[in-house]
This record gives sequence, C-alpha cells and structure tokens, in this order.
Amino acid sequence: MLKSRFSKSFGFILLVLLVISLFFCSLAMGQTTISFKLALEVLTNYDPSNTEHLVVATSRLSRAVIALCIGMSLAIAGVLIQALTRNPLASPDLLGINAGAIFFIVFAITWLNIHSLVGYMWFAFLGAAISGFSVFLLSNFGRDGVTPLKVIIAGTALSALFMSFTQGMLVIDEQSMQTVLFWLAGSIAGRDLDMLFSVLPLLILALIICLFLGKSVNVFSAGEDIAKSLGQNVVLIKLLIGLIIIILAGGSVAVVGSVGFIGLIVPHMAKALVGIDYRWIIPYSALIGSALLIAADVAARFIISPMEVPIGVMTAFIGGPFFIYLAKKGVAKQ
Amino acid sequence: MKYWTIRLFKERISLQINRRWVVAVAISGLLVFSLFILNLSAGSSWISPLNVLSQIFGYTDEYAFVVETLRLPRALLALLVGAALGVSGLILQSIIRNPLASPDIIGITSGASFGAVLFISLGTGVFSMSYLPFAAIVGGFITAIIIYLLSWNKGVTPIRLVLIGIGISAILKAGVTFMLVYSDTYITSKAYIWLTGSLYATKWSDVTSMFYWMLIPLPILLVLGRTLNVSELGDDLATSVGINVQVQRLLFLLCSVILAGTAAAHAGGIEFVGLMAPHIARKFVGRSFVGLVPLTACIGATLVLVADLIARTAFLPLDIPTGVFTAAIGAPFFIYLLFSNRNR
Repeated sequence: MLKSRFSKSFGFILLVLLVISLFFCSLAMGQTTISFKLALEVLTNYDPSNTEHLVVATSRLSRAVIALCIGMSLAIAGVLIQALTRNPLASPDLLGINAGAIFFIVFAITWLNIHSLVGYMWFAFLGAAISGFSVFLLSNFGRDGVTPLKVIIAGTALSALFMSFTQGMLVIDEQSMQTVLFWLAGSIAGRDLDMLFSVLPLLILALIICLFLGKSVNVFSAGEDIAKSLGQNVVLIKLLIGLIIIILAGGSVAVVGSVGFIGLIVPHMAKALVGIDYRWIIPYSALIGSALLIAADVAARFIISPMEVPIGVMTAFIGGPFFIYLAKKGVAKQ
Repeated sequence: MKYWTIRLFKERISLQINRRWVVAVAISGLLVFSLFILNLSAGSSWISPLNVLSQIFGYTDEYAFVVETLRLPRALLALLVGAALGVSGLILQSIIRNPLASPDIIGITSGASFGAVLFISLGTGVFSMSYLPFAAIVGGFITAIIIYLLSWNKGVTPIRLVLIGIGISAILKAGVTFMLVYSDTYITSKAYIWLTGSLYATKWSDVTSMFYWMLIPLPILLVLGRTLNVSELGDDLATSVGINVQVQRLLFLLCSVILAGTAAAHAGGIEFVGLMAPHIARKFVGRSFVGLVPLTACIGATLVLVADLIARTAFLPLDIPTGVFTAAIGAPFFIYLLFSNRNR
C-alpha cells in the first residue's frame, strides 16, 4: 500500500512505463517475432514495402491500441459500478450489462438489418442502459431484502436470459451467425481500428470526465446521507456515473464483444495499491486495466500457438479464480 | 378426513397419504398427458389427437413416419428431460436447504458440458458416443464436489455456494470455449451442435438411454427419500435420530448430478427448469420430499413440453432451441424469487 503522495506519483509513472513497454511487446511478439527497434520504426517512419512493417501496421498495431483503450474503459466501468452499487463484486459482465448489450447488437443485425459500426454502438448503449437500469432498480429494491450477493445472482439470471435470447435469434437467422460469434466469445484479434474509432470519441470523453470525478465519488462513497449533508446532488451524481458506465461498458462490447472480469479485478488491485481515494483509484485502474488486457492478449498468442485463445477466455481464466477468492473471503458482507 | 392412513404388515409399512397430494398429482399427470398428445399433434402438419392416439395404439398406420419417427421420441425425451431436471433441482434445494439452488445456477450443468465436450474432443474414435452421458455425469459430479469444498467454511452458506458456483461456471464455460478453439473443425462443429442443446432430431436410442440413466437414482430416492425431510431440520437432529448425514448428502448429490448430467447430455443446457419446478410443486403440496418427487417430475415435464412445443411451432419452419423459452419464463421468475423472500 502506497501511502505518501510522492510514492503514489512514483508508482503512477512506473505503471505508465509498464503500459508503454507492454504496448511494444504487443507490437513485437507473436507468430513472427519482430525486434522492438522495428516496432518503433513503424510508429516513427513507416515503410509500406517492408513486410515486417506491414505485419505490425495491419494487425498488431490495431490490437495493441484496442487492448489499451478497452482495458482502460472496462477497468473504469468496473470501478464506477462498484462505487455506484456499493458492491465489491459488481462488474459490467456479472451484472448482465455485457449480455444486454450483445443481445441488442444481435437484435439490430437480425431484425433491423443494421450493419454499420455506429449502429452497433448505439444499440450496445441501449442494451447496456436497459440491463444496467434493471440491475440498478434491483439493487435499490427494498431496504434490507437486498444484499450485494443477491444483486450478483440476479445479474447472472439476467445474463442467462439475454444469452439464450441471443442464441435463439442466431438460430432464426443463420446468415448473421458468423458476424455475431465474435461478440459472444470476446476477441481482440481481427478487429479493424475503424471499429474502435467509431466509439473512441465517446470513450475518450467519458474517460476525461472520469479524471475529474474522483472527488465526487469520494464524497458519494461515504454514504448517501453524508453526501447529501455535504451538499452533493446525489441523484445527479448517480445519473452521471450511470451514464459513464453505460458508455464505457456498451462501447467496449461494441468493439471487442464480451470480455469479462477486467472490471471486477482491477478496482481491487488499485485499492490494494492506493487505498480508498478515488482520485488515485481511477487513474491507477485505467493503467492497470490497460496493462492487464494487453498482457492477456500477448499471452493468448503463445498458449496454443499457432492458434490463439479468445481474449474472453483468457480473462475468465484469470478472473474466475479471483472472483471465487473474493466470494470465499466474504468480501460482500455488508 | 385430510389424510388416508395405510397400515400394512402389522404396521411395518405405514404411511399417510394427503388427499390434496392425490388430487395435485392426478391433475398434473393429466396435464402432462394432454400436453404430450398435443406435442404429437402439432407441427408443420396438424394431426388430430384422435388420429395420433389411434396411430400409437396401432389402429392405423397412416401417420407412422411423422408421429412415431419424428414426434414421439422427441416428445418422450422432452418429458423425461423435464422430469429429470425438476427432480434434480428438488434434491439440490433440499440438501443445500436453499430455494435458490438448481443444477444450472450452481454450475453442475457447466461441469457436465465441460465433461461432455472434453469427451467429444478426446474420446471421438476411441470410445463409443454412448458413454457421453457418463462423461457429462463425471464432469458434473467433480464440479459439484469442488464447489461444495470451496464453499466450505465452518459450514456452507447457501449464498456463498451459489456465488462460487457462478465463478466456477465462468471458468468452465471459458474452458469449453478454449477446447472448441483448440480442437479441429470437425470436432468443434460436433460439440457445438451438442452445446446449443435442443431436442432437435431426437432418435429412439436417445430416449432409451435417457430412460435407463434415469432409473439409477430411483431406488435411492424411494428408500432414503423419507430421511431428507429429517435432515432439513438440521444436521445435529438428523444425526441424533440415526442418519449418517455426510453419506446421505453425498448419495443424494450423486443422484442430483446423474439426473442433471443425463439431461444435459441428451438435451444440452436447458436452464431454469430445475429451479422453477420444485417451487411450483411446493405451492400445491407442503414439504414432504417423497410426495414432492412425482409432482415435481410432472411439473418439470410440463415446462419442457410447453417450451418445446413453442420452440417447434412458433417460428415454423425453424426450430428454436428449447432452452430459450425455459429461460424466458425462468429468469424473471428467478429474480422474483430472489427479491420476494426478505427473511433469507
């Protein structure tokens, strides 16, 4: 646990360096190993006639950038959803938000014949909003009848519901099956940067707002009564946090499909490092999330080489045991 | 007279039968029968129930192919799978003492899928496919034991068990996806067809194998079923009247896993039936486990028959996986259950 402001800043710089070096690993490592020098050249003076440059520029660069941005988004969505629901086990995938977003994307493809990236994005937002709102209603249901655990279980049921509807639609329309399967498995490979760029402006906007939210979230997490007495407009903060969660989680699903557990693990790691101050938790989470997803994506290339492990599988293998550990520790006792 | 009392062999065998129970079982049995006939009648071509009956009892041979080759095995399998899932959920809810438990929620179904897909990817060509249910059961049982041990912390709290089940499920589902990616295309498509689990293209051999697997737990349920109600009062009390609680729990867990595992092996992941059926059954008759078994079996069969009827006929000529419709009814019901009982 880092205590002083100096050590936290120092740790932050170290994390930035870690993310940058992982980013270059992601450019250099894979089926064909490419030297770091070459990877750097692609960014500084790009030469389209060089095959190695081409490999980096056409597939690896987009993967690295997507993993960087989506890791950040998922992690912060996790931090905020845990703060909003006051539930250390919450994350967008466990509460059914991912499944809701996927359902609406598939719905749009199957019934409304929508085939544009921007269209997918808006439907992902709609799905994330609807499922997120249902879960939020559930977690505010009654005074003592609802524990964090019940909300997780309800989220799981909601996920199961959306997933089986999605499967049903895939059976009805086999044409869209191939288009849709990657959203179900969650994958970073083979995504164009175009997919990210259609969502990126909104993601960046949400992330920038998050950097200024730290103080308000600190006040909010002290409890609603205290927040009110300190003059905070609690309803407005809830709505703002909710909106940001929807943008970050929905946008991530639109780009990479359902990648779970990043939003669950990262906030716990950040809190272990910097304590309970959200002004530090948020930037730390962003960097840890990026580092984790890039590292998982690089590891996914080697485990069953020459094939690749879908990134959603990687994160479940890392995050599942951690979730069990949290459940065992009884972290969710109110 | 609320009860009929039966005493046989100088009271060596004596039981009381609740009249309400007789009525409930009779009505639900009739419901299952009429749905069963409806399942045989409905489809791309409508065959009147009378014609269906005369076909089955051999008075005519006009509809042999449609009824006996296509619809009858499928309807029978739906019935058996529904009954198995319902009873499996009933046993789990009883031994875990938690109304939220069911084989799909606490991860037994994912364990069964994992075992089955592992069997398909490693065992194809080595073993015959008739061992698939066995692989699913082993997978489900190992998963159940792991979940139970992990949830153990000076006893098992229901909610922790469900949570750990969710975590294990996630890992196992990822494992299944991993195997699908890793295996070659032929095996992947074979496993995927099995995973999307519907009752599509049921053969007579599926029905008979399902039936034989379901016979295994039956004697245990009949002989030891009465002791479960005692155990629900607490381990100490059960031990003091001479029940070996640990052995009993393990045996019943095995029964539950055999039922859920075979259901998964024959029909893929049909969710929420194991959760709903026991609840609906308890609404009609109280808490007697032995009494609940036939009623839960009937209600489970009803649910799957209805779901499969919709799945087969609503989107003709398409055949939607049956699980979609059980989830559509089951998930809202489950969330309602979660939030309706405040005192847990």
